[in-house]
Amino acid sequence: MFFRNLFFIVLILGGAATLVANLIPPKHGFKPTPTNPEVFQKNDFLETVYRVNASFEQTWQKNKIQPAVNADDLTIARRLALGLMGTIPSLEEIRQFESRPEGERLTWWIDHVLQDRRFADYLAERFARVFVGTEDGPFILFRRRKFSSWLSDQITLNVPYDQIVREVISTEGIWTEKPATNFITVTAQKDKSNQPDPVRLAGRVTRAFLGIRLDCAQCHDHPFAPWKQTDFESFSAFFGQTHVGLRGVYDGAGEYTIDDKRKGIKRTITPKVSYAPHLLPEEGALRARLSAWVTHRENTYFSQAAVNRVWAILCGQPLVSPVDNLETEGFVPPALKILAEDFALHGHDIARLIRIIASTKTYRMQSLSANDDSVNAEKLWAQFPLGRLRPEQVAGSILQASSVSTIDAESHILTRLARFGDQNDFVKRYGDSSDDEFDNRGGTIPQRLVMMNGKLVSEKTKGGPFSATTRIQWLAPSDVKSIEAVFLTALTRRPTAEESDFFEQNLKNPEVSKGQQIQDLFWALINSTEFSWNH
Amino acid sequence: MEPLGRRPFLKTTAMLAGSSWLTPVGQWLARAADGDAPGALPSKKSAQAVIVLWLQGGPSQLETFDPHADSTIAGGTTKIATAVKGIYLASGFERLAEEMGSVSLIRSMISKEGDHERGSYNLKTGFRPDPTVIHPSLGAVACHELSIGKAEIPRHVSILSSQWPARGGYLGDKYDAFQMTDPAGPVPDAQAHVDSNREKSRLKSLGIVEQTFAKGRSKRVEETQHKNTTNAALKMMTSEQLKAFNVSLEPQSVQDLYGNTAFGRGCLAARRLVESGVRCVEVTLNGWDTHANNHQFCKTNLKTLDPAFSGLIRDLRQRNMLDKTLVLCMGEFGRTPSINPAGGRDHWPSGFSIALAGGGIHGGRIIGETDPEGKADVKNPVRVPDLHATVFDALGIDYDKLNQTPIGRTVKFSEGKPVRELLDA
Repeated sequence: MFFRNLFFIVLILGGAATLVANLIPPKHGFKPTPTNPEVFQKNDFLETVYRVNASFEQTWQKNKIQPAVNADDLTIARRLALGLMGTIPSLEEIRQFESRPEGERLTWWIDHVLQDRRFADYLAERFARVFVGTEDGPFILFRRRKFSSWLSDQITLNVPYDQIVREVISTEGIWTEKPATNFITVTAQKDKSNQPDPVRLAGRVTRAFLGIRLDCAQCHDHPFAPWKQTDFESFSAFFGQTHVGLRGVYDGAGEYTIDDKRKGIKRTITPKVSYAPHLLPEEGALRARLSAWVTHRENTYFSQAAVNRVWAILCGQPLVSPVDNLETEGFVPPALKILAEDFALHGHDIARLIRIIASTKTYRMQSLSANDDSVNAEKLWAQFPLGRLRPEQVAGSILQASSVSTIDAESHILTRLARFGDQNDFVKRYGDSSDDEFDNRGGTIPQRLVMMNGKLVSEKTKGGPFSATTRIQWLAPSDVKSIEAVFLTALTRRPTAEESDFFEQNLKNPEVSKGQQIQDLFWALINSTEFSWNH
Repeated sequence: MEPLGRRPFLKTTAMLAGSSWLTPVGQWLARAADGDAPGALPSKKSAQAVIVLWLQGGPSQLETFDPHADSTIAGGTTKIATAVKGIYLASGFERLAEEMGSVSLIRSMISKEGDHERGSYNLKTGFRPDPTVIHPSLGAVACHELSIGKAEIPRHVSILSSQWPARGGYLGDKYDAFQMTDPAGPVPDAQAHVDSNREKSRLKSLGIVEQTFAKGRSKRVEETQHKNTTNAALKMMTSEQLKAFNVSLEPQSVQDLYGNTAFGRGCLAARRLVESGVRCVEVTLNGWDTHANNHQFCKTNLKTLDPAFSGLIRDLRQRNMLDKTLVLCMGEFGRTPSINPAGGRDHWPSGFSIALAGGGIHGGRIIGETDPEGKADVKNPVRVPDLHATVFDALGIDYDKLNQTPIGRTVKFSEGKPVRELLDA
């Protein structure tokens, strides 16, 4: 009996010790993620970062704008986590981060994130949104989840972006075994015995991979770009031989004909690209030829569109807006060209592109300015822009903030299920603003209602044996330390002196229990502008 | 500004005492001061609210308000007589036909936008899309120009919103429509989980963190609408008017009047909201993009539209609200007179119909005419800006005055001229 009691006590103490370890700065290092600090130091890497910085500095000088000062490391770590993993760093990760020597923290964190499965999953989801859309698509013929987990695998293996896109455009086979073919089957038309829609495919390819809205030329000639209506028709014709059959997507014979409603006749369209015809291979299946042309190193639209999108995913705003239209009359930051050249020259390496963007001055600046001139400064990237977080980023952040340890992809299956269930419900209520995921408009009343009163926030801030509220309340050595832990967990920063004083006074109130005070503090932080806007 | 009632006043003060984060009274004053609320109550004669029944996809004029039953372009569509002699509607509008004395039609709408997104923008704002400025939709202008009145809930609401809900445009995101789904039950998440003391203390804490964040980026933080929407949400949560969203509180007979559909419930909620002081409600009925099987789809859609539209008019009249509430029924364009091989009609912005009722609009009138063969141009064409000028005129809004956009461009609320035949006695 005595031994059983002793065993029980030891077990409890052991558990408590593990919990404490998460809250109190570690004395020994954690098992470090293997990193590649030398990648960040290579000459060609540094040169591109330098050129990007210099190009922005020129713009600022010309417009007489004082750029913002550097943000602190934790702020940047939060941006990286949100942009690349759709969530915020956990308290556990923050402790690891701070255990690294200063000066090495950010490069360590970038590499740490790039190796996390959450990164591949999240980026794949963002790409899938653009490649195959957000809707469910034709039942049976389209498997969205297969497509995005295939994308995630490619990103994990750091398969070059051009290769990924070639496969997306040109793969043959069945949608379950060759997930890339879902790009084709999502356009299957029920009323045309499930044949894919060349017009939609052409629109997708030009918008998603080239940043051109050629499909505007579907009905009328483009207002200022050189595209004509016939360009779009000839482009669609590359998908004119693509069929969906029992053995999946295949390229057959036949010509692409369209009904000319005005003239009441059928016209046969010959496949043709709208520019740079010399990049188009002469041999091969139509889709394969098209994919080679789209992803050709000299097709600058391809690399620029990719850079514009990855920049937007990291910074919340594309360099050229809207993200799928590079043909703008407005200002195009020279950085777009510099980054695109580097991207094409170095094998369309997504990880390298991310490392470069995350190392630029703009990415590492504060999202505020001394003279409070944010509106102008943001336009010229003289400070990091405030960006409204997407619904799944907010959901991911709430879930992470409710747990001290990292909710990673390998976490307990129950945690994962809870995560997906809660997330989906919340995402629906929080609402997607529109197809343009970077429109950066203001928040809405339903969003405030779901954050203040919704199920997810109220359940996650409630005390439970594994919740951050309970663990911090039990285990932090002092009130000041609890407040600090709550701020780090929810906002990835320490409280200011005023904040610390204010909340310490609150905690002294004998009429309200500490547990409730900490829950309420969590509620306030989660409902702040700071929480739902990337900064 | 209307004087504060005793009850809401006590409620708000009790809830907010000591909280610098949230002071609705101060907020109202500030809004009045910065010119958002000119404070001019609409004149006794003018309409005070507008309900837009938005037929998303571009409804066929021939199967709705402008049947040419005996012509080849009808493709079998038949017409029915209405309460007004000489005016015919397409079959399927049997109940609306009874209300024709209150409804007028413009059958000669023309525009240059044949794309869904551009057409929706055009009809909702009265302007063609312009890369340098985003125009406010009709409802946003109404909210901006008419007094705040007694509303404690958002004054611009979009029910069953489409992909392009009504926006505030250059007037600011705060004039965007509050979007909601089927109003079959209470507004979700509008109930606080904690008592008012605890909420007060939470909001105070929130205020502290907000202060820190606004340092060095006050303007940008203001643009996030975070504070505005939080305030509006809190105001809504404690308001009796929240019930206006919940149509299940209506007697069954009234619910039945509108038809048992999401769109019907949306129209009923629109009436309840207008009763509570909401200025503009947009209710969307999707499914009008009939490139194939046009006749079948239109028939199905009318089963939803007919009871909802006619029920709304009847209900408003019974409550003496019809004179003060303008109902506008429209989509982004019409559809081709010719029928395509798939039995559908394609986009057609050069001669389509819209319907108006109440709010100072004379009923039983027809403006313009389309060619029964679908060939000749329309007679007495009405451009989209003219429609907007007509609606603004009925609302007593000076559509002709010049406004400054945030980038300093001057624009009018409408560049058209009102259709006088609809407004004058």
